[in-house]
Amino acid sequence: MYVAVKGGEKAIDAAHAWLAEERRGPTDVAELSVAQIKGQLKLAVNRVMAEGSLYDPDLAALAIKQARGDLIEAVFLIRAYRTTLPRFGGSVPVDTGEMACDRRVSATFKDAPGGQVLGPTFDYTHRLLDFKLAADGEVPDAPEGTSDGVTKPHIMSFLDREDLVQKEPEGPEVPPDLTRAPLELPATRALRLQSLTRGDEGFILGMAYSTQRGYARNHAFVAELRIGTCAVEMEIPELGFAIEIGEVEVTECETVNQFQGSKTEPPQFTRGYGLVFGMSERKAISMALVDRALRWEELGEDNLGAPAQDEEFVLYHADNIQATGFLEHIKLPHYVDFQSELELIRKLRRDAEARDAHREAAE
Amino acid sequence: MAMTDTTQSARKAWLGTLAKAPAAEMARLWQGAGYAPEYEVLRAPEIGAVMVRGRAGAAGAAFNLGEMTVTRCSVRLVTGEVGHGYVQGRGKGHALQAALTDALMQSPDAAEDVTTRIIAPLAQQAHAERSTRAAKAAATKVDFFTIARGED
Repeated sequence: MYVAVKGGEKAIDAAHAWLAEERRGPTDVAELSVAQIKGQLKLAVNRVMAEGSLYDPDLAALAIKQARGDLIEAVFLIRAYRTTLPRFGGSVPVDTGEMACDRRVSATFKDAPGGQVLGPTFDYTHRLLDFKLAADGEVPDAPEGTSDGVTKPHIMSFLDREDLVQKEPEGPEVPPDLTRAPLELPATRALRLQSLTRGDEGFILGMAYSTQRGYARNHAFVAELRIGTCAVEMEIPELGFAIEIGEVEVTECETVNQFQGSKTEPPQFTRGYGLVFGMSERKAISMALVDRALRWEELGEDNLGAPAQDEEFVLYHADNIQATGFLEHIKLPHYVDFQSELELIRKLRRDAEARDAHREAAE
Repeated sequence: MAMTDTTQSARKAWLGTLAKAPAAEMARLWQGAGYAPEYEVLRAPEIGAVMVRGRAGAAGAAFNLGEMTVTRCSVRLVTGEVGHGYVQGRGKGHALQAALTDALMQSPDAAEDVTTRIIAPLAQQAHAERSTRAAKAAATKVDFFTIARGED
């Protein structure tokens, strides 16, 4: 029986008013502006854009403010907003070879053409708390060097030239889109990559780590990690040609794995690929490892039964908005459901007690 | 109106500059230029999304990376030129100014002035910003050197 119950409106209004007050925090402390979040908590903004699957730093910063710093709640706000936007079309695939790199490192070739460019990295910091930041600290200008003004070649192209690395198969120019059609399995690699790039960073990291620890062993080298800005081009029907409609900061990771060969493939290197909005290298490396693990079937490898090889397990649990929606719904009223469970337990208990009484009487 | 390859590549370049310009900078330059062309709106400024794509392994099959916000707008000047603005983000004023600028750039009388007052300053700023970042990146380039060789 469905029982409609009303009530709680006043309590909800009061809860939301208190939420707003708590969000603001102590009023003797200056309010945080969206511009401050965008400029100074940029990596949080990046994560919300990547998992919200919408590149708009202003909106992501607003969502972080509204969500009181709860990044999954902020991602939820962005996903909800995204659904209200008309889709103008799809871009020409971004050419990451033309990236204006802030950072570009290779763990496989020391003397890679274009060099090892560290960029604004946390690497090599000592991870000691910097108490100067707790005071108002003046920041010295970052030093400037001389740029050669040349784009950096992809490291993988060198292996490719020697034919030592597996070729990336081609696919349709208009890829399938999991925001438009429900994800069905088996998924194409395009769908897997879309799912991974918007998946929860913690989940993808955990899956990637599991492959390193031996669940579907695939020892990966980071052939290249690059972070920077790429122009986004789109064909404009009313113009009849493609124009740049903006630019996005992305992190790209290409991993290379040794591969002994299989029934169908000669011994060669294989590849994993990660591409994520913003400066998100932990996510991009994780994505590349999980991408590679999920390719076992196409490469004729054995299914070791590892979680990271299980497409259904990975893809159906990577999305933190789907997960949090289902997880958190159990805190909402289930009074009637629970009432029936309570009735059932009471009846089972009565029946059990009656049986016991009957047995005792018989003895 | 047939467009030659040269004018198409020039138009492509200025539309890209307008799309990537910061909205506040576009507004400042537009107001500073003081243009007041008569026009009709063919498509009112509209905020939407474009699905940004990448390629597996940077070279293989295309996949959907995620969307970005874009605002578009189309106008026709009374003199006949049709301008289109496609700009990054959610700036209705930005899209309208970009469409008007695109239309004015097609008018032989205005193009030179618009280039000087709007397109060139925006392109220079973008170039300067890019150069500064490239210079900072260059300063973080590792210079490897050998400390000692084992055979000595």
